[in-house]
Amino acid sequence: MLRVDAMRAIYPELSRCIVVTNMGFAPAELFSLGHQPGFFYVWHSMGLASSVGLGIALSRPELQVVVIDGDGSLLMNLGSLTTLARYQPSNLIHVVFDNEVLLSVGRSFTTATATGTDLASMAAAAGVPRTATCRTEDELAHAFVDALAARELSTLVAKVEPVAPLSYLIDLHYLESRFQFQRHLRHLRQSKAGEEGGPD
Amino acid sequence: MPVSAPNSQIVYDALKALGIRLLSVLPETWLVHLVTLAEEDPEMILVRLAKEEEGVGISAGAHLAGVKSALLMQNHGLLASINGIVSLAQLYRIPLLMLVSHRGGFGEEHPWQTEGGGVTEHVLDALRIPYLFLDSPEHVASRLRQASALAEASLKPVALLLGRSLMWED
Repeated sequence: MLRVDAMRAIYPELSRCIVVTNMGFAPAELFSLGHQPGFFYVWHSMGLASSVGLGIALSRPELQVVVIDGDGSLLMNLGSLTTLARYQPSNLIHVVFDNEVLLSVGRSFTTATATGTDLASMAAAAGVPRTATCRTEDELAHAFVDALAARELSTLVAKVEPVAPLSYLIDLHYLESRFQFQRHLRHLRQSKAGEEGGPD
Repeated sequence: MPVSAPNSQIVYDALKALGIRLLSVLPETWLVHLVTLAEEDPEMILVRLAKEEEGVGISAGAHLAGVKSALLMQNHGLLASINGIVSLAQLYRIPLLMLVSHRGGFGEEHPWQTEGGGVTEHVLDALRIPYLFLDSPEHVASRLRQASALAEASLKPVALLLGRSLMWED
């Protein structure tokens, strides 16, 4: 399974969620499928996408948050699995695209998942209540829709080929993305407050 | 326990007065009362971290989501968080408010704290992070207000170093 195809399989749902990605090629592929104001790309602070997602999920329980992570990124912040499991935000789905390499560096630079480390099992052992390893687009799409319906903290590991897009550059400066995303979250709260007729 | 409960309360009240609604923390001795106060406060979201750098990400998320937060840790946790501070909080212009217990300074009795105590201010200077000490209960509230104002205005991290004379009853 190619990561971009896996992402495409869940894109209709992703486009309606608040999505925080890790660095590398994944944000470029998500961007190529169609940027949304609820998408935020955490360039460079490797490992922290899941922490950013947790901060949003705890701050705004009414939002459905999806963290798109990678094997290399998650391995850099494994403690995050235990923190996620500790607080179990029911509005957070953690999707880990596991290609078993640090692809930005090169296909020969494998991560520990290439030699048997099982991230879904590690998430389960950390206490994440719903975990799965998905090997096809259909498996991922079903697991994702089920996790959304379950409203339960989930870590879905999608095993993907180590294939990169032509470029990781996207036509959206990281600061532009940051302010756009913040404004979008503010508008969502204001429109919700407006619907309820009360002050924010 | 010789950690100052009254001064911990003063720090906590000042954080509340600033509108802080989320505290992420890696507990250490000087912070025990602050953690307990947050835990017992239904208005506060308390996140106990496995490692301090997670708190940089959590505060970034909270800020983007419109919630005011602070990160509470020891100075060794600051040292452990540097890439997150540089590559997330500084790169993405996040007004990260850090309260850092300054272990390893004058009066420190634990040898293992002393190296970190000796480099903390130099590291903050190298990172160009503005900081002030909180070392007397009289200025806690005003310095926290000033730190928060600067963080929000500059959209950059700001640190407050919790000093021994504030946190510890020798």
